[in-house]
Amino acid sequence: MRKMPIERRLLTGHLGLVYLFLYGPIVVLIALSFNESGLPTAWTGFSMEWYGKMFANEAIRRAVVNTLIVAVCSTVIATIIGTLLAVGLERLRPNAVLEAFVFVPMIIPDIVLAIALLSFFTLLNVTLGLHSIIISHAIFNIAFVCVIVRTRLKNFDKSIVEASIDLGAGEVRTFWRITLPVILPGVVAGALLAFTLSVDEFIIANFTAGAGPSSTTFPMQIYAMIRFGVTPEINAIATIVIGFSFFLVLLSQRLNREAAE
Amino acid sequence: MSEAVRRLVLLGPGLGWLAIFLVLPCAIVFVYSFFERGTYGGIDYIFTLENYARAADPLYLSILLTSARVAVITTVAALVIGYPAAYLIATAPKPWQMPLLILVMLPFWSNYLIRTYAWIVLLNNQGLINYGLQELGVINEPLPMLYNEFAIVVGLLYGYLPFMVLALYSSISRLNREIFEASADLGASSLRTFVRVTVPLTIPGIAAGSVFVFVLSIGNFVTPNLLGGGRSLMVGNLIFDQFLSARDWPFGAALAFVLIGLMMLLLIAQAWAVNRSQRNDAHA
Repeated sequence: MRKMPIERRLLTGHLGLVYLFLYGPIVVLIALSFNESGLPTAWTGFSMEWYGKMFANEAIRRAVVNTLIVAVCSTVIATIIGTLLAVGLERLRPNAVLEAFVFVPMIIPDIVLAIALLSFFTLLNVTLGLHSIIISHAIFNIAFVCVIVRTRLKNFDKSIVEASIDLGAGEVRTFWRITLPVILPGVVAGALLAFTLSVDEFIIANFTAGAGPSSTTFPMQIYAMIRFGVTPEINAIATIVIGFSFFLVLLSQRLNREAAE
Repeated sequence: MSEAVRRLVLLGPGLGWLAIFLVLPCAIVFVYSFFERGTYGGIDYIFTLENYARAADPLYLSILLTSARVAVITTVAALVIGYPAAYLIATAPKPWQMPLLILVMLPFWSNYLIRTYAWIVLLNNQGLINYGLQELGVINEPLPMLYNEFAIVVGLLYGYLPFMVLALYSSISRLNREIFEASADLGASSLRTFVRVTVPLTIPGIAAGSVFVFVLSIGNFVTPNLLGGGRSLMVGNLIFDQFLSARDWPFGAALAFVLIGLMMLLLIAQAWAVNRSQRNDAHA
């Protein structure tokens, strides 16, 4: 490292530019959210006006509630089913095709899954609403939970499971008392990821929500606002969302570190 | 507990869910792609290959090519920008690595639409970048930076660069540092060591990151829709329009499977590249 200080310095400068690229736009949005004029090019004074407007906006409030319902339900479904699937794939080792199949929901383009689900629900005459978004979000969330839990299972000493069964604990009891506590950090990490992905997801929700504000999710609301034109209210929303998601990530990092220690 | 019951309890719910809500819907769309469009936007159940033939029409072919080009440019840009960043993070002192990496990944965790919107604010004619350049006297007229391919690439790069850095980091950080020393001791310059040793050994990371960025870019809808203007510039927008505004589901379905076909070709190429690099390792 000390041998080539110039190269190292160039690399450090490069990394600095990468951080500027990643955080510059975020800083701009946060600054603008407090700008009275709401315009990017004219600072007319500090104001909390846009935050007041945002909190008074009935459509945004309803969209946030809808998104929370969808995210919580699809996360619960995906965490249970995805964890079972991970344990099953790891223990039973069915075959390579099934293993690859679990990755399909992660790599299939959102737009393709969205039109497939719309065709499916339409063909079966299913009324669209929050329930159809929940079903749809669970698809990719199951895959992500499964993959994360499996990485945890890989480092898992299987002899303690055998010991537990030899001692007469039974398989269900062994799962609750031995396997689950060991893989719990993976399950929690998977659930957090699933929740975040669901809160963030736009296209599939847009296709499977049906018409009307009763099933408009938060990203759908933001999309409509952006399409409608740049309104300064979005800056306030952005600041809250960014602040909240950064808080969650840092919290989960902290929990992870404490679990490791 | 019998083997069959165990299978049913553990694998049944997950595979069942994916079979019903993923495989079946995709099969339906695949079948639709071979039917004719109904007069009022429905589907006439008459077999045809017309939808796939239409995808090869110059108008639509150019959209497919634009999608591929935008995805390739974004992937190469992410690789060129991401590699040095990942390299520095992976070779930084141990306690620094995780914080530096988390700092790269952090923006990825906030809403994708909002991150895309930020670029409308920055790139538009009255936006911050044009304003700044004009104030500094660099330009007289605002540069057209929004609602074109440039804006799409910037938006996609902004969205997916963290993935690329993550994939490259996990590959580079696994390298044994003694290899660099050996290469240097044997008289190779640091550039030569980088080109002949570091890059070949991190091909799995390069392939994984590239596939990630490419796949997420080529089928993207949000970024081309918001930063590319109202027109269908990329295949994701075209599919979206066929389903929600043009009401030509069979054609939209065919386009979706052309997209899937392109992605599968790429995944096969990736598997081949990784396989080859591993075989070379085994020989070395």
